[in-house]
Amino acid sequence: MARSVTTKHKVIATIAAWVVALIIFFPILYTIITSLKTEPEAIAGFNLIPSFTLESYITVQTQRDYFTPFMNSVIISVGSTILALIVAIPAAWAMAFSPTKRTKGILMWMLSTKMMPAVAVLVPIYLLFRDFGLLDSRIGLTVMLMLINLPIVVWMLYTYFREIPGEILEAARMDGAGLWQEIVHVLTPMAVPGIASTLLLNIILAWNESFWTIRLSTTNAAPLTAFIASFSSPQGLFWAKLSAASTMAIAPILILGWFSQKQLVRGLTFGAVK
Amino acid sequence: MATQNTKTLARAMMAPSVLLLLVWMIVPLAMTLWFSFQNYNLLDPTQTGFAGLFNYEFFYTDPAFFQSIWNTLVIVGGVLLITVVGGIAIALLLDQPIFGQGIVRILIISPFFVMPPVAALIWKNMIMHPGYGVLGDINRFFGFEPVDWFARYPLFSIVVIVAWQWLPFATLILLTALQSLDGEQKEAAEMDGANFLNRFIYLVLPHLARAITVVILIQTIFLLGVYAEILVTTNGGPGYASTNLAFLIYRTALLGYDVGGASAGGIIAVVLANIVAFFLMRAVGKNLDR
Repeated sequence: MARSVTTKHKVIATIAAWVVALIIFFPILYTIITSLKTEPEAIAGFNLIPSFTLESYITVQTQRDYFTPFMNSVIISVGSTILALIVAIPAAWAMAFSPTKRTKGILMWMLSTKMMPAVAVLVPIYLLFRDFGLLDSRIGLTVMLMLINLPIVVWMLYTYFREIPGEILEAARMDGAGLWQEIVHVLTPMAVPGIASTLLLNIILAWNESFWTIRLSTTNAAPLTAFIASFSSPQGLFWAKLSAASTMAIAPILILGWFSQKQLVRGLTFGAVK
Repeated sequence: MATQNTKTLARAMMAPSVLLLLVWMIVPLAMTLWFSFQNYNLLDPTQTGFAGLFNYEFFYTDPAFFQSIWNTLVIVGGVLLITVVGGIAIALLLDQPIFGQGIVRILIISPFFVMPPVAALIWKNMIMHPGYGVLGDINRFFGFEPVDWFARYPLFSIVVIVAWQWLPFATLILLTALQSLDGEQKEAAEMDGANFLNRFIYLVLPHLARAITVVILIQTIFLLGVYAEILVTTNGGPGYASTNLAFLIYRTALLGYDVGGASAGGIIAVVLANIVAFFLMRAVGKNLDR
């Protein structure tokens, strides 16, 4: 017997859900609206209808050079994710398809490195970066974020690879495929969706990382996190400009994020909730 | 022989990840531990040599230390309370049949993708600013004085911002867990005349127990290190009113140039994080055995 759902019940639930959703989304919505206002409009009190001017976006680009930090963010987040994938794919592969007694221990240990509070190693990392001339460099930040996200990347890939049925491997082996052929012709096509999800989630995490990116960069390598943090002290009329810069900083990742809801749950809970 | 080859290959495939993480874990941590027993100030090269437990004593006797521990606990506890209770409520709501489910989900999940400095600045300037923020406008509309949130209630304001960022995460995970609840069980309970409250306490809550545990543990790891939100809003103040342990260590290290003291603080942070990690590993480890 199917559960009967009355229309009345559905309407009430719909109204409640939309109210909650709009309240939660409101700060983002209001920021987007304000970014389309002029500065005097932005501080003229509550108003949901902007004059749809792009003036603030232009100002942020011409006066503060939005494009450089944006490119830094792209390079650092995509670069660190790809580096992490290159290192992690073989590892996750080996753990999923040739598990030994120690595999679980190694996985747990990798996860434990993620628990180390960043601030506890701030001093040595800062000094090492200073001594190796890596402060405010894209390479330094890329390597840093690669190391931070490596455990999550290995874990996510592992949970995906583990779901690839082992029988397929055996069948390929029976047909005389070597390990390399196995990987290229049989497993890669089945693994691509998992790798793509991992890529997506880790670009999001790297894009939003706001401790190391702010502390280890000043101008040249500063990604959007550091760029936005520099807006923390108001300079005159800046509400519309702040909104424009904020909107541009979050828009790309917000859209990527909407596509990755499911992977998010799985990736961030290390497979504990699916 | 083939299996021996496979094993060697498997080890070689794992080696880069394991070595990188080994170095990443051991080198900086060993340096922090070493510095924590040294006199080391970036501005004063005459301060050198073994300091014994002085740095720990210095950190421990600093009145800001206990305040920062307390603030850390308030942030973690406050945000957990809001996100878990709110997350369960919203997840239950979204589990109902509603019109526009997809769009509602997208709207609710969005704050999670907003980078911390943006989230903090939006709240600081667009929402909570006494002159130009929306809350100020609302207060004025009803004839009240606008509240200067970050001056009057700095820690509470930060809790609100961080909770807004993490509420989507809790909601999404709890909703995922909720949707895996067996529909037949729900029906059976309904047919037996169990009301909503009974179904919630005896059926839904036990089913969510694991997801709630995971939410609490993962959020705790991130919440112990809240940083950017404090940096761009209150900068730890007024005084030390909104300084958590992470921010205090940052202040000691990069604003006070006291490497030794900051390192001692760092080791204390590691110990705290390890206590949390111990429980998380057990929860996640159990899942591996399944």
